[in-house]
Amino acid sequence: MFGKRITIFSGHYGSGKTNVAVNYSKSLKTKYDRVSIYDLDIVNPYFRTVDAQNDLEKAGVELIVSPFAETNVDLPAMSAKSYLMLDKDSGRAVVDLGGDDRGALAMGRFSGRIKEENDYDMLLVLNVFRPETRTVDGIIEIMREIERVAEISFTGIVNNSNLGVETTAETVYNSIDTVNRLCEKTKLDVAFTAVKSGLEIDEKRIRTKILPIELIKYGNWL
Amino acid sequence: MADKVLMKGNEALAEAAIMAGCKHYFGYPITPQTEVAAYMAKRMPKVDGVFLQAESEIAAINMVIGVSACGKRVMTSSSSPGISLKSEGISYLAGCELPALIVNVQRGGPGLGGIQPSQSDYNQTTKGGGHGDYKLIVLAPASIQEMVDLTFKGFDLADKYRMQTMILADGTIGQMMEPVSLDMGEVKTYDKPWATTGTRYHEGRNVVNSLSLSPAQLEQWNIDRYERYKIVERDEVMFEEFMMDDAEICVVAFGIAARVSKNAILEARKQGLKVGMIRPITLWPFPKDALKKASEKVKAFLSVELNMGQMIDDVKLAIDCKKPVYLCNRTGGVIMSPDEVVEKLKQIEKGDLKAW
Repeated sequence: MFGKRITIFSGHYGSGKTNVAVNYSKSLKTKYDRVSIYDLDIVNPYFRTVDAQNDLEKAGVELIVSPFAETNVDLPAMSAKSYLMLDKDSGRAVVDLGGDDRGALAMGRFSGRIKEENDYDMLLVLNVFRPETRTVDGIIEIMREIERVAEISFTGIVNNSNLGVETTAETVYNSIDTVNRLCEKTKLDVAFTAVKSGLEIDEKRIRTKILPIELIKYGNWL
Repeated sequence: MADKVLMKGNEALAEAAIMAGCKHYFGYPITPQTEVAAYMAKRMPKVDGVFLQAESEIAAINMVIGVSACGKRVMTSSSSPGISLKSEGISYLAGCELPALIVNVQRGGPGLGGIQPSQSDYNQTTKGGGHGDYKLIVLAPASIQEMVDLTFKGFDLADKYRMQTMILADGTIGQMMEPVSLDMGEVKTYDKPWATTGTRYHEGRNVVNSLSLSPAQLEQWNIDRYERYKIVERDEVMFEEFMMDDAEICVVAFGIAARVSKNAILEARKQGLKVGMIRPITLWPFPKDALKKASEKVKAFLSVELNMGQMIDDVKLAIDCKKPVYLCNRTGGVIMSPDEVVEKLKQIEKGDLKAW
């Protein structure tokens, strides 16, 4: 699950990229000395990586984020420190991209060097219960749109299918058929399935690696 | 359950509008509402509809006037500063008796303010905003499912009464994600004999206009419109009562503030306080009767709002100032925590808080 130096999480808007990236980087930190998470989201005004700042600090993961995230400055900016990811000596890098092609645009300036180094995974974070990614064709359309602007191709899939607070084990099982058909058609494998921690799940039915997800807390009114 | 999907508030609203038969959307991007426009840009071509990013909010609302005059369902959306720009057009829609759905995903103000959530356009929306004698039907969703349900309902009410419906959401409801069902049932359609779609060889012609050369006629138009508003006030009030059976303090809150309040009420009850809530779903027509009835048995009201205290005046009017009304508020894009609401409830109980 933690093969490559750089792991890029991309996908359809609202598929859970930030939650997956934050949890992934925390797990990664238990195996590697230096782990950084790069928030390259230039689309989303609310619900950002920076909401997990305390958690990440506690885990020892370095957060690289625009100073304007979660402020009143509505600026699609990223930190100049983002270039650090290209340095082989900067340790493991986890990249949290914004949604869809609009968000993936931020990747373009890094893709050339990343492909040159060739030690990366570009993972599609997928929730088949989002209306635009319910079908294999719908998912592939969004994948191609992202790849076109990010100038880098997907190397694997993260199944993060969920229905928010109403997620049950059954929800996850119900996603498997679509994900399998997607794998067949794209010749990609599932890197892991992201499962809300505490959800009792039959691992034999999933048949992929599992990453337990602690949801980022945005406020106790949700 | 199987048919539920996970959606952002803004997307859910946009999809519900399309399902309600809205094939025309005109808008201009502004945070935290931009996903409505982005979703429409992607979806409208697929359903043979029109998405048009206008050159400004003012242009967009005037395009709404044009489509509505042709008898079609139409909407525009924006966030607070953009709604101020649209206000002239909204007044023209009211004067022309043209149905339309207008969405305000509120952010902090006044002025450019900020991009974080707020409810500080309550007065603008329920008391006018634009010029002249008119009212909007104002719907306040408190969940993503309500973004869907109230959008669907909003188009229906607009057509039924030849009025303009405003969905008054806030940044949080627009941005957060929840599972929703999009199973909305049949779209009810209304005859629009007034639409400017050609004479079809009948005599005379349809004119959509808000100008009257005779003061007496303009007065009559206003009187007629307010007669219709009376029917809306009688028939279309929507609200939710929460734990009101034995309540001694009644919280009044809408939208995201009502979500915070619900958690606060559950906590306050654990601490022995008998608290309930009346949540207005229609901010106009305001649930006056429900509040008046509640004022006969509760000892106090607490208005919980994300502004400097706007709805609280309507609460006082509804209950004829019979009981003290207190305020719990945050503004500028800050959301209060349930604990802050509980604290206010305790202060009311102890008599430590000054009434509004």
